Amino acid sequence: MTASTQMIEEGTALEVDGLVKRFGDLTAVDGVSLTVRAGECLGLLGPNGAGKSTLIRSMVGRVRQDSGRVTVMGKAAGSTEARMALGWVPQELSIYPRITCRENLGSFGRYYGLKGQTLKDAIAWCLHWAALEEKQDDVAKTLSGGMKRRLNMAAGMLHRPKVVLFDEPTVGVDPQSRNRIFEMIEALRDAGTAIVYTTHYMEEAERLCDRIAIIDHGKIIAEGTNEELVEKTFGRRSQVLARFDGETAAIEAWAGRHGGRVKGETAEFTIEQAGEIAPLLDDATKAGLELEDLTLRRPNLESVFLHLTGRELRD
Amino acid sequence: MIALKRDRGALVLSFVLPLAFFSIFAVIFGRQGGGTPTVKLIVVDQDQSQASAALVKGLQSESSLVVMMKPEAKSKSAPAPADYTAATAEAAVKAGDAPVALIIPAGFGQHPIAFGPDAGGSTLELLNDQSDTIAPQIVVGLLQKAAITSMPSAMADEGMKYADKYVGGFTPAQKAKVDEELDALRKAEADGKTGAGSGDSGNGNSGNGSAGAGIVAVNVRAVVGENKKSPMISFYAAAIGVMFLMFTASGSAGALLDEAESGTLERVLSTRVTMTKLLAGKLVFNTGLAFVQLTAMFLWGWSAFKLDFFSHLPGFAVMGLCTAFAVAAFGMLLASACQTRAQLGALSTLVILIMSSVGGSMFPRFLMPESMQKAGLLTINAWAIDGFTKVFWRDLPVTDLWPQVAVLLGVGVVLFLIARRVARRWEFS
Repeated sequence: MTASTQMIEEGTALEVDGLVKRFGDLTAVDGVSLTVRAGECLGLLGPNGAGKSTLIRSMVGRVRQDSGRVTVMGKAAGSTEARMALGWVPQELSIYPRITCRENLGSFGRYYGLKGQTLKDAIAWCLHWAALEEKQDDVAKTLSGGMKRRLNMAAGMLHRPKVVLFDEPTVGVDPQSRNRIFEMIEALRDAGTAIVYTTHYMEEAERLCDRIAIIDHGKIIAEGTNEELVEKTFGRRSQVLARFDGETAAIEAWAGRHGGRVKGETAEFTIEQAGEIAPLLDDATKAGLELEDLTLRRPNLESVFLHLTGRELRD
Repeated sequence: MIALKRDRGALVLSFVLPLAFFSIFAVIFGRQGGGTPTVKLIVVDQDQSQASAALVKGLQSESSLVVMMKPEAKSKSAPAPADYTAATAEAAVKAGDAPVALIIPAGFGQHPIAFGPDAGGSTLELLNDQSDTIAPQIVVGLLQKAAITSMPSAMADEGMKYADKYVGGFTPAQKAKVDEELDALRKAEADGKTGAGSGDSGNGNSGNGSAGAGIVAVNVRAVVGENKKSPMISFYAAAIGVMFLMFTASGSAGALLDEAESGTLERVLSTRVTMTKLLAGKLVFNTGLAFVQLTAMFLWGWSAFKLDFFSHLPGFAVMGLCTAFAVAAFGMLLASACQTRAQLGALSTLVILIMSSVGGSMFPRFLMPESMQKAGLLTINAWAIDGFTKVFWRDLPVTDLWPQVAVLLGVGVVLFLIARRVARRWEFS
């Protein structure tokens, strides 16, 4: 039994091992390793410029890596077998705007080597999956933003790939279309497709992703389920968010004394016991700060991201 | 102003293109000093008399003529080819080696010139290619000049005959004296002591080309295009066709840039399609498109201008496909070398218009200076037009197209390989 066969049998659909990619002096991807199993959705979160796009393009086989390897269903990324096993939905709308939905799908289907009845069936399946059957003869550029996004997704599904990479598929999409896109992705995942999903929306990652990897400065800085990430980062501690009316310097000095940090007029702390809040507020009063709002909450994925990267998810 | 500064393509078009065109047309027309262009003239001297030799010598001294008595040797080591005969001269005109050939018939020396159409002088034969209407006129004019300046004895002899006939006749003593002077003149002519003109025929004077006009009777006979109804239609169908083919091909190849810009190209390259397959596919499509466009052009020439299209179908198919292939590859190279559509628009306009002007799409190459004619061989236009001319004008068989076919196919392959190399920038990062 070969290693790749063993891997597939064990359910690993995509594997990145020690991947390094440099652009001149910049190391865009710095020793990243991760795996995605069949029927699993891995969320890839990271600030802009963290290396997500380079990592995704490496999985597609569009990057010459400096070291490490990427395999899709046991085959080297970029090989014909890997391409045929992989579907890629780029962030930009990569469809032909002047032809119809059906013609777009026909074109991409032929690029994947489909023809005849197989191609017709694939187009029919994609139109149904993307809920575009009624719009199949409409020219792509006349579609709404959400429909264009769905067509963009469908164009990567014609060959029914075993691994699909979604690069921020809901950018600029209205809530109704976003919901439809979630259903499409969930249907794929439930059918056993391995999915890598990059997003800037925490709620999307929490809803769709079985595991989440946070990437920053080209490295995976945390990986696990939503709960695992919160647990690893904050343990049993809770978050206190206190908003004050006062000078920023005074707020920062006060927060600094108690191990917190300030963003705008809001100071953020983590505590283990609710009883820790009263001494904090006493000290704030002594510092001349007037409390406007106080929130106690269980940390979430956004908190984890902010804590680990120092930036908001949407920055 | 800021927009113009940032749009380098527009900037190039605004300044470089007019300068390039000015230079090209200045070279084509400016160096001729307003005079006649140089004409290649094949001469066959069947008479081999003193008069015919003097006439040939007179023609050779004309700076506007390049007189060829024999074909050029194929190589320096090859044996010198034999002089042209009437048959080989006609074949050479048909093959486009020279636009005119002069046949000096046997017996010319007996009665070389005549003062008037009914005087019974010898008639020279001028074989010409109808596509060049200027060359025979120049040659006829220079023939009259050469006859006057190079054959004084014949002139005097003919003059004496007229004097004898119309003035009342010479006395035996006068006749003896005239004969003595004519012998001296013939001797001086044979020794080369009589003038053959200054050789400056740059004033553009030319004969009217009609048979029997002037002191040397000339019968002009078209050996190429004599049955053509519209002499230049096939030339312009090819010339204009190739130029617009190039614009179409570069525009069509520009789809590659649209795909690169929109991200579709990267997506396509993530499928089973490789860059080589993609470019080859586009090359095939663009070749087909160019061929259809060329066919439409010639069909229009047939329906509107009576171009004899259907009797030249095999030659058209061969030349059309080879031209379409070369032009499509040319478009691919331009598109892959540019970053944006705007750049492609500027570069293709510049390159195509320059190639078209030098390559003969705007102005026939045979009317250009020798150096420009040679420079034209660096363009696709020149080879394509030459090939179509062989088919539609000279009625040559398909096998005679091999130089044009070889060059166009070779150019197409080389341009495509370069385009493929340049397109590597889209492949990986």
